[in-house]
Parts: sequence; structure tokens; C-alpha cells
Amino acid sequence: MQGLEIRVRGQVQGVGFRPFVWQLAQAHGVRGAVCNDAHGVLIHATGADLGAFQTALSDRAPALARVDAVEARPYTFDTAPEGFTITPSRGQGAETRVTPDAATCPACLAEIRAPGRRQGYAFTNCTHCGPRFTILQRLPYDRGQTTMAPFTMCPACRAEYENPADRRFHAQPIACPACGPRLWVEVDAAEQPGDPIAGAAQVLASGGIVAIKGLGGFHLACDATNEAAVQTLRTRKRRPAKPFALMAREGDLTDFCAPTPADLALMRDAAAPIVLVRGTGALPDAVAPGMNRLGVMLPYTPLHHLLLDAVERPLVMTSGNLSGEPQVIGNAEAREKLSAFADAFVMHDRAIARRLDDSVERAEPPMVLRRARGRVPGTLPLPPGFEDAPQIVAYGGQMKAAICLIKNGQALLGHHLGELDEALTWEAFVQADRDYAALFDHRPEIAACDLHPDFRATQHAQTTGLSVARVQHHHAHLAACLGENGWPLDGGPVAGIILDGSGLGPDGTVWGGEVLLGDYRDFTRCASLTPAPLIGGDRAQADPWRNALVRLDAAGLGDAAERLFPDAPLALARQAAAAGLNAPSSSSAGRLFDAVAACLGLCPMGQSFEGEAAMRLEALAEQALGETGYGFAVTQRELDPAPVFRAILADLDDGTAPARIAARFHAGLAQTFADAARKLVERREARAVALSGGCFQNALLLEQVTAALGDIPVLTHRLTPANDGGLALGQALVAAARHIAPPESG
Amino acid sequence: LSHGGGGRAMRDLIDEVFASAFRPDGMEDQARLTNAALAEPGARLAMTTDSFVVTPLEFPGGDIGTLAVCGTVNDLAVGGAKPLWLSAAFIIEEGTEIALLRRVVASMVAEAERTGVRIVTGDTKVVGRGAADGLFITTTGVGVIPPGRDLGANLIRPGDVAIVNGVLGDHGATILAARGDLALSTDLQSDCQGLGHLMEAVIAAAPDTRAARDATRGGLASALNEMAQAASVGIEIEETALPQRAEVAGMCEILGLDPLYLANEGTLVLFVPEDQAQAALAAMRARPEGAEAAIIGRALGDHPGQVRMRTAFGGSRIVDMLVGEQLPRIC
Ligand SMILES: [Fe+3]
Ligand SMILES: [Mg+2]
Ligand SMILES: [Zn+2]
Ligand SMILES: [Zn+2]
Repeated sequence: MQGLEIRVRGQVQGVGFRPFVWQLAQAHGVRGAVCNDAHGVLIHATGADLGAFQTALSDRAPALARVDAVEARPYTFDTAPEGFTITPSRGQGAETRVTPDAATCPACLAEIRAPGRRQGYAFTNCTHCGPRFTILQRLPYDRGQTTMAPFTMCPACRAEYENPADRRFHAQPIACPACGPRLWVEVDAAEQPGDPIAGAAQVLASGGIVAIKGLGGFHLACDATNEAAVQTLRTRKRRPAKPFALMAREGDLTDFCAPTPADLALMRDAAAPIVLVRGTGALPDAVAPGMNRLGVMLPYTPLHHLLLDAVERPLVMTSGNLSGEPQVIGNAEAREKLSAFADAFVMHDRAIARRLDDSVERAEPPMVLRRARGRVPGTLPLPPGFEDAPQIVAYGGQMKAAICLIKNGQALLGHHLGELDEALTWEAFVQADRDYAALFDHRPEIAACDLHPDFRATQHAQTTGLSVARVQHHHAHLAACLGENGWPLDGGPVAGIILDGSGLGPDGTVWGGEVLLGDYRDFTRCASLTPAPLIGGDRAQADPWRNALVRLDAAGLGDAAERLFPDAPLALARQAAAAGLNAPSSSSAGRLFDAVAACLGLCPMGQSFEGEAAMRLEALAEQALGETGYGFAVTQRELDPAPVFRAILADLDDGTAPARIAARFHAGLAQTFADAARKLVERREARAVALSGGCFQNALLLEQVTAALGDIPVLTHRLTPANDGGLALGQALVAAARHIAPPESG
Repeated sequence: LSHGGGGRAMRDLIDEVFASAFRPDGMEDQARLTNAALAEPGARLAMTTDSFVVTPLEFPGGDIGTLAVCGTVNDLAVGGAKPLWLSAAFIIEEGTEIALLRRVVASMVAEAERTGVRIVTGDTKVVGRGAADGLFITTTGVGVIPPGRDLGANLIRPGDVAIVNGVLGDHGATILAARGDLALSTDLQSDCQGLGHLMEAVIAAAPDTRAARDATRGGLASALNEMAQAASVGIEIEETALPQRAEVAGMCEILGLDPLYLANEGTLVLFVPEDQAQAALAAMRARPEGAEAAIIGRALGDHPGQVRMRTAFGGSRIVDMLVGEQLPRIC
């Protein structure tokens, strides 16, 4: 009997794709079979309506599926099929067989709110939603290999699980109150009687702090409208100023923020990231001091929905951790570490297999600031030309560590880990290395890493026994941006504006404000910020005054530092700079932001969190748009900000509003770098401009540089972080490109 | 001081400055030593050598001569040996002040006296200007390890307690301040001191002392990392337990330096079994070199080869050995 063999490629496993095909077959009177195999989903089909069936495979695919291709060819059945069957998985060596965790779907949400056996049940899920990667212990993704293993399905759940017509067909974390995880509230390690949701809501409503076990870790929650509660949380967490994330019901958003349609669409994504949304000023300033934007997410588990329905107000939802440590995931660990912060704990007995922070994103311009829950372990297709790339693991940077694996034309960029000197983060890095290798069935030939010898990730690469590819930090940033934009391996050279914190250059100095010209294989440094010493090395990052001092002195404004920073040990700092004592030369753009912020009095004596000064400077500049930028002194290879500082000082003396000064700095920086890159395009040395590096988390800067480049093609980060969270992708691509076609020597 | 090729001026110099200072016992071309110390069956000889270069040659709390004696005495002492004899070789840049040489030699004689060693042989060479930076000294030390005594980092076991004899970073901070690049007025002094007597006192009080190491170049961080790797144990230290002078901490903060990596010249860290920790601590505190001794942490079965520090806020940070010079890592 004649029919079709239909191959579906993409993210089509573990997302309810086979039951979807089964239901489609029923609707179109198609007979045959469907199964999962190493390449995706394979269908053998026969029937009158195969054309419509085939179209519907991609058009009506389940919410969590991503269909990359549907390919059909003739197929002859040995015996005519009777009906349509789902057959067991075939073969091994599959690619990602587990999808990211997904926010509660509308059907499940309706179910917990309506009478029925799952009414009010905090662990309701189906094939379209629920936990995935955070409960996965081993592959393949079957219930027995997840932290749902201890929960034996009741007959009712079993029946749903086995029924191809049910949306819970093969939903591995399927559960109900009769058989699934249990929720409780505890105070001082003692379980409290009564309804846990009502109990937790009551603590929150009375201004208390509650530790809540979520999908990828514990959160600390409090009433975001209660200033005293927010302050208490700040004091207990020793977190004076870093913005807190919020969680709110969609209907409550406009009470405190002004989400655009794009913001809302992003918040409703199955990944349910924290989205940076313009605030209205209705919440206490303590939620996000000095910021125009709030980080807001919608409830993404049934537990969150139930809790927010009960409290009817936005909650602060900050990660539950000790200062500097990653988020707590175990119940015992939570009791030990969070008891000093939380008045009550919302606990459950489903273990978290893997710590995953909330992802942080922005809708306009689109960007990912932290890539984690809901986004991993999603894969990205490699650009054209990388089809024959060997398997490579890349270990990323030191500060926002994330690893990346490439194989079979796909890149798996792992989740945000954090700073690798932190012991628990280091353990998570080692776990991630093992984990993703197993998940991706990965056998790398090459380990890619940074040039910096003291990055723990670099040292780790050298212990793998693999061939090690060292990649310059900002070349990796450039390559990551090219890669995520699908720039072909042989797409020709691009100008890269890389505005970053710091990275070691091949010349042994510290880079970070660069115009590079290059491709995946190689690059040259065409222009950069005039370097200045980083007084105290890494310490310069902590104290903005240090950066202001060196820029003011370089601009011949020697006495300005004395006036602006009377409490700083300026003499000693100057001597250290002059003697070259722990004061390496650096072209860092991040430190330039710090320097300007310090001149405007934004945390000059010390930042309480990384990026504070620059974030506050951006927030200030947003209040005064349309300013003409300060000019830099531009020479062949250097962009010197000395005139900028002379202008800032003159403006300060004139009493110009700090917001206008901040805006003039942004506009001038954007124009100067855009002009330098434009030259390369006009001379036909570059075909496009790529923007990367941590400073491009600054939306204002990103918009202004993009605008200043006019009709030149601009590549930006939308799916991977412009900061070091995307570094590993770039390292892997550079290593692959050099392997495929080594750079010409000479 | 003029260039000498072994001629008249050179011999005069040796006679005048060195031989007279080290007499009557030492500075023979060849030292002949009694083997009485080895007469006990099971005793072992210990021998070590080190070269000393420091700028400036004289600093608060000592000079290159004190360093050259203490450094080698301490290398012997932390291995469990009683230091007995030293040799000293001098490379002197032409033009170096004779008065300075006299002071350095006097420091060496005094320090040898204090630590109970004899400088028994030596050598001097004068080199042209620019061929050396003032004065370099190489000392070689010989000591005896009594029968039955065995110290080694490989003997550290999980549960053992880590003790330091004093504050961290004084030497490194003093040298920085003394270089003259920084207009610092400090009361800091180098911790430069011999630790032979201290080690004998500790071993008497805590006979199962496992291992000791002097936290010289690379500081306490490097010493602990070497020990963790040699023993294949984890080491956990407490930030709040580390003895430190406020002045050193303040200077480190401004300069962005980490006191854990600053050099010391009279500070050691040792590991003893938990039940002997208080005895060891008391023995150290009873001596001037150990007046500020403190328990700083312990060895663990977890994370073998790695040193971690519990911070004041309860987090835990990995304390690495530095690969190269400290370069900024923050992006
Ligand atoms: Fe970077
Ligand atoms: Mg030595
Ligand atoms: Zn659902
Ligand atoms: Zn059930």
C-alpha cells in the first residue's frame, strides 16, 4: 500500500507531539504510525487527506514545539495499516530530548480554578506545560528518571497518561492530589496545620517574608506594596540597592507598571521570563531604587497562581540565597540557610534536580540579560558553513559563567551559572559540564576557553585532556553575536563594536572598549578607547571613583577629583597608578560608564552590586533624551574620552542637570563608536556591524548606536546575552571556524 | 667598592667585612661539621637552599641579611628539622656601600644567634654595575630531624586543624610601603623571624603535628593550596578567623590586594590532629613568634585539593593558587 514517510525536525520530543499527530490523524482519517527517533519525529501515513494532514503538522503544532522542517517522501506499507498507532521510540543518540520548563498552560490553569480533582492543586501540569529540565535526573526523559519517580501514579492519572486523546498522554510529571507531590507551610521547621496557600498568604499579607520552593530554586517573597516588608527583606538579605524581581497576575500589572504589548507578549511566553517593564512609581522605591524599570514576571506554576490569587497583590520574588551564593534548592539547605531571612517556608516534597534561575529579558529592544529557566536546554541552529564543525565544548568566562556545546549543526548554550570563585557555583559548573554532555550525547574533540589564565573556566578546559582553543574575550563576544544572527562562516568580515567590562587582550593589557574587524576565524583591533589604569585591578570595578580619578587626571582636571571625591584616598591611588602597582592599563567601556557615573555622584564610593553605577546612569539618561553627545578626541586608533570629562566638568559647574549630562555622555559614546565602525563599512572592509559586550545590556546605548549606524546592517543579541553569558557560544564558533578552515598565518 | 677579580681589594673586603664578622667559628672555605647530631639511630639530615633578592635591601623589621637567615632556617624548621648550620654566598654589585654590607652582615650574625644556627662557610663575588641589583644572598641550611619525627603535607587528614602563628601580610605590605613609590607613613614592620624554636615548642606540645609550611611568596593562599594538593584533602578556612592588622587590611583595600596572597617571612601554617589543637595553640601563644596564633580552619574530606574560605556573610569562596601575576577578571 502506498503512503508517505514524513520526517518532522525541530523541538518535537517531550512536548506532546506524538499525541498531537495521533489526534490529527484521527481528524483527517489518516492511518499509519508515529514514533520518536534520533532525528525527531517519524510518521508513516496513508489516507485521502494527507496534504492537509502534512500542513497541519507545522501549522497547528503544540505550543512548546518548534518545527524546523517537515520532509515527505513516498513510502510503501508491507501491510495496510488498520488505524493510527503510537509506536515506541527508536534508536539512540538523540539530540536534546528534554525541553525547557514551561509556564502553566491555560487549560491547566482553568482546571485548578474549577471544581474537579485538581482544583487548588499546586502541581498540576500536562504535555503543554510544567516542569521538565528542573526535574530531570538522567536521560531518557521518562518519569522514572526524574524527581517524580517516588510518586506512583494513581489509576486516574495512569488512565490519562496512557490515553493518546488526553492532553496528559505521556506527560511525565503528571500528578494529582491523590498521587503527586504535597505542599505544606512550616515555621521554625514545624509544619503548620491548615491550608498551606491560605497560611502563606496570611504571612505575606501581614508583611512577613516567605521562602517559596519554586521550579528551579527557592524564592524569598514579600508584599511588594508594603514598604516596611521590602525594607526588612533588604536588611535581612544585606542587599541595599539591587533591584528585586516582582511576580504579579496579568490583571494586576497596570497597578504598578506600564507594559507595552511587546512586554506582555514576552511575559506570556512559555518561558515566563522576568521582563524589564517601565514602572509607574506606584510601588515603594525600595523595590528597585533609582531604576525606571521593574523586573516583572507572571506566575508560572500552579503554586504561584494559587498564591497570587490568595494575596491579590504583586509580590517581590527574589532568589533565596546567602549573599553571593547561588539559589538554594534543597529543603534542608533552605531551612539551614534561609531561616534568618524567612518568617515561613512554603515547602513541597518534589526535589529540584537542577538549580535554574529565572531568565531576565527585555522586549524592546529585544535582549536576554540572563538565560536560564524556560530557555534552557533549548538549542540554536549554527550558521551556514558550520555543518561539518566538530563537537566542541566551550567554557565561557569567569563572571557570568555558562557553557556551550556544539554538535550536528546545533549549539546548546547552557544556563547562567554565576561567578566561578563561589564554591557552590563552581560545583554547579562542574555538574553542568557533566550534565549537558550526557544530555547532548556529546563527545567533544576541542575545549574552547578564554585567554585569561586565572579564569577557573580556562583552567578547567586545560584539565579536560582535549585539544584546547584559547579565544580572545572580545573576539568571542563578536563571534557570539554573528552566530546568533546566522552570519555565514564565509559571510565576510564584520565590524564589531564591543563595549564590555574587561577581557584580556593578546597584548597582555585589559581590553573592553573596542572596534574590531573580523570574522569567526580572526580579527584585528581597529580602534579602542584610550586606555587608563585600573587602580587596584578588580577593585576598580567595585569603586567608581577610581575610574573617574584616572579619567579626570588624564583630561588635565587634576583638582576635580579632590572636589568630587573628598573622602577617597586619591594620593595613594595616584601613586599606585604611577608606579604600575596593581594598576593594569585598560580600555574598558564598562569602567568608563563607572567613571561618568561617579562624576554625577552615582555610588562613587562603592557599588553595592555589579553594574549598579552604569544602570543608574542609564536610568538617569532616559529622563533627558534628545541631547547632543559629547565629542571624543578621535585619532587613527584611539577614541579618547578626555574632552568628554572636560565637558562634563564644565556642565557640572554650570549647574546642568545630571540627567542631561548622562544623556550627552550616552549620545557621544554611541556616535563615536558608530562613526568608527561606519568607516570600516564605507571603506568596504566590513559588510555589517555587530554589537556585543556587557554594555549592550544598556537599551539606550543599543538604540543609539543602532540609530547612529543608519542603514548599515546591524547585528545585535536577541536570544543570547550580550554579556559574558553568551561568551561560550562565541568561543565554540571561533574554535569551530579555525578547525574547519584555519586562519592564514602571517 | 670596586670590581674585584680575586685580587687584593677583594681579599681585603672579605677579611674586613665578612671574615671578621663571622669569626671565630665560621667562614672557612670548607666547613667541617661534627656528626654527633646524627649519632642517634634514625636521625636524618635535612638540607635546603634559597636565594634572596629584595628591594629595598633594608626595610622596617629587617634587611636582606635577616631574610637570608630566617628564610632558610624556616624552610628547615617547617620540615621538622632542627636548623644547625648555614652557608652564605654573596653577590655584590660594584658600588654597593660598605656600611650597608656591614649592617647586613651584622643582621645575619644577630639572627643566626637568635635562631641558634651557625654560619659556617661562605663566598663573595663582586660583579659590575647593573649585573646585580645591590646585593643578592644565597643561603644553604643543614639541620637534623630527630628520630621518629615525620612531618609532611601528605600526612594531613580530614578533620585536622589549621593554625597560623601570627598576622598575615605584614612583610609584603611593609616592603610595598618601603619601596618609596607610595607616600605611605606606616608603623608596619616585616614579620621576618626565625621559626625554629616555635616549631620545637609546637611539636613538644602536639607530638602528632602533621605538617607545617611557611607562607612566604604567594602568601597563605599558596601554602594552603600546596598542602591541600599534596594531602588530597579539602581545606576550609574562616575569613573572620584570619589574624590581620587593620593597617594591612586598609592598605590592601586601597591597592586592591588580597592579604591571603601577600608574602610573609615569619608566618607559618600548620596542621595538627583536632585533639592536639589547643595544646599546639597554647604552645605557640607562649612564645613571642606565636603571640597572635589562631586556629583558622580545618582539613576536610570534601573537595580534595581545593581551598575554600567561608566568608563573613556565610558564603564560600574558592581560594586559588595564582597562575601568573594578578590580572583583573571582572567583566
Ligand atoms: Fe565580557
Ligand atoms: Mg627554599
Ligand atoms: Zn498544562
Ligand atoms: Zn493522580
